[in-house]
Amino acid sequence: MTPVQPKLSTDDVSLLMVLIDTNPFFWSAENTTSILFSKFLAHVVAFLNSVLLLNQLNQVVVIATGINTCDYVYDSAAAGALPNQRAESLLQKLVEFVVKDEQLAKEDSVDGIGSSLLSGSLSMALCYIQRVFRSGPHHPQPRILCLHGSPDGPEQYVAIMNAIFSAQRSMVPIDSCLLGAQHSAFLQQASYITGGVYLKPQQLDGLFQYLSTVFASDLYSRNFLQLPKPVGVDFRASCFCHKNTIDMGYICSVCLSIFCKHHKNCSTCGSVFGQAQTNAPSTSNQKRKTPET
Amino acid sequence: MNNGDGRRLNREEEEEDEEDDENGRGLDAWERAYADDRSWESLQEDESGLLRPIDNKTLYHAQYRRRLRSLSSASTGARIQKGLIRYLYIVIDLSKAASEMDFKPSRMVVVAKQIEAFIREFFDQNPLSQIGLVIIKDGVAQCLTDLGGSPESHVKALMGKLECSGDSSLQNALDLVCDYLCQIPSYGHREVLILYSALSTCDPGDIMETIQKCKKSKIRCSVIGLSAEIFICKYICQETGGLYSVALDESHLKELVLEHAPPPPAIAEFAIANLIRMGFPQRAAEGVISICSCHKEAKVGGGYTCPRCKARVCELPTECRICGLTLVSSPHLARSFHHLFPITPFDDVSLPSLPIGPHHMLPKNCFGCQQSLRDPGNKPIPCVFCPKCKQHFCLDCDIYIHESLHNCPGCESFRQSKSVSAT
Repeated sequence: MTPVQPKLSTDDVSLLMVLIDTNPFFWSAENTTSILFSKFLAHVVAFLNSVLLLNQLNQVVVIATGINTCDYVYDSAAAGALPNQRAESLLQKLVEFVVKDEQLAKEDSVDGIGSSLLSGSLSMALCYIQRVFRSGPHHPQPRILCLHGSPDGPEQYVAIMNAIFSAQRSMVPIDSCLLGAQHSAFLQQASYITGGVYLKPQQLDGLFQYLSTVFASDLYSRNFLQLPKPVGVDFRASCFCHKNTIDMGYICSVCLSIFCKHHKNCSTCGSVFGQAQTNAPSTSNQKRKTPET
Repeated sequence: MNNGDGRRLNREEEEEDEEDDENGRGLDAWERAYADDRSWESLQEDESGLLRPIDNKTLYHAQYRRRLRSLSSASTGARIQKGLIRYLYIVIDLSKAASEMDFKPSRMVVVAKQIEAFIREFFDQNPLSQIGLVIIKDGVAQCLTDLGGSPESHVKALMGKLECSGDSSLQNALDLVCDYLCQIPSYGHREVLILYSALSTCDPGDIMETIQKCKKSKIRCSVIGLSAEIFICKYICQETGGLYSVALDESHLKELVLEHAPPPPAIAEFAIANLIRMGFPQRAAEGVISICSCHKEAKVGGGYTCPRCKARVCELPTECRICGLTLVSSPHLARSFHHLFPITPFDDVSLPSLPIGPHHMLPKNCFGCQQSLRDPGNKPIPCVFCPKCKQHFCLDCDIYIHESLHNCPGCESFRQSKSVSAT
């Protein structure tokens, strides 16, 4: 893949990929969020309209992140998307999506709120962005905005990290706006690594205000704005054996599993370990470096 | 390989002809542009005898598929083990032969450019590995940079030393690299990548002994030739389990060099599995002034603190200068995971030749990017599908998904398939 070097100009045209979390368990649960789904959609539609009004060439694509599937629900560049029927076509597709999502659900699937398939919608958004990059030299500047509320699904960790690194390579910032009560470690890392904005609004009643002041500006204008500073992201790892967060640990040289104590063999890949190499690397280093210095 | 050599030889002869012509002023500037670009090579004849541009996209895709398949067939074992912690020395031949102009503007410049790209790609794919640079010049091998994890310092050192002179010596280079690589810990994979321009090697002793020494120290030597195939290079690679290839032109060279960026399959007897002690430092608080151990400068804010000796370092991943602990952060480890959990290659969709057939069953759009999978005449264009989730993708997405994203959007957005694959 050729790395993409976006040239930011003053009349920066944006491609905004919006990932909407439609997890029904999150939206219906008491005390997880202080805003109703219908209110939330009203804010989002107003926000999308204002982004499209900012520049005639701006493009907005909406992807719904469900708990069993993900799908495109709106593309402002697609034929047949008339400006005055924007909200209707979006809502109609969204209803179809939610119904499909429900049909795919298995009976015994989730206890509690469950996670939505953020890795899937991120991957789809990145594929779409690559298509825009291929379209020619004057493509719009893409960015991804995750409107997310569900808790993180640990099983998606590898996939989400893969998507984050791919976004970083193609210089696509991932912005995140958290709608739930809890922070998301995945999205914190995503925004930190890709240089996006991470925001957890205090008052969801004013969601439109947050969206329009923080997330509506194009990438060039961001240089001049005082946007929320990146929060301190904890990059410490947790060990595979006890799930404790650790400062120092042992890494399997074959599969990179993390352990807090020395083990005889790796529980992930089954390799049998030799002697613990606690000091060998440092001594060999000193040996190596002495002739040079 | 023989084929490639043949082409190269032809090419050199042609080049000589051209030089003769240039001396005799036989070619005008406009003519030379055609001669250099070889624009006729990008044309092909179709069945009715018309000239058409070669369909690069399909060719490129076919090539990529071949590569992917060979990679996946090589790792069909029950468990994929990759050498994720690599210690690689890049040996660059800067002898007289590197000043030849068959690569434009010269072999040396082209090699330096490709090595720069390679170093960046290498650290992107192998964040826990280290590279060192060695150059051969005037029959002597010099160490340009020690093993280290910072791409910038290597690139800077290389760009400052771009001069070529004298003969090249494979033995000296291998001896030097062997001495350095023997000292690295046993879990690391020891590798040498030689970019060799010369057609001969000028050695002080018996190179066969050196090759045996490398073999004994389990160093994997790979050579990329820039001129023609040489027996001794081929022998080195055969003995030590490396790859030998000869570049035809600049884009081929790039491809060959980048082939060495993904980690090679781990060979059990080459590196012993081990537990490595690593530290996960926390980012220091903003606004605190401290002296960093890597540049020995006082810095405000930023930086990381070694959890064992509390020394300050500026960048991760690195090795603590004071206590030698390897310092990484969890995303560095995560960056390597896709080598361990690769996604399956997608299968080609067999296109029905008849205009009416089961192709109306195919989806209209690519699942990833929504690109239409029909050409203007509403006929399906070549596409692929994931054997797990049965979603269809266009060829561009196929390449992007396997080369950069390492996620199948279809499998990721379908919970059932995930629970099946997890059990």
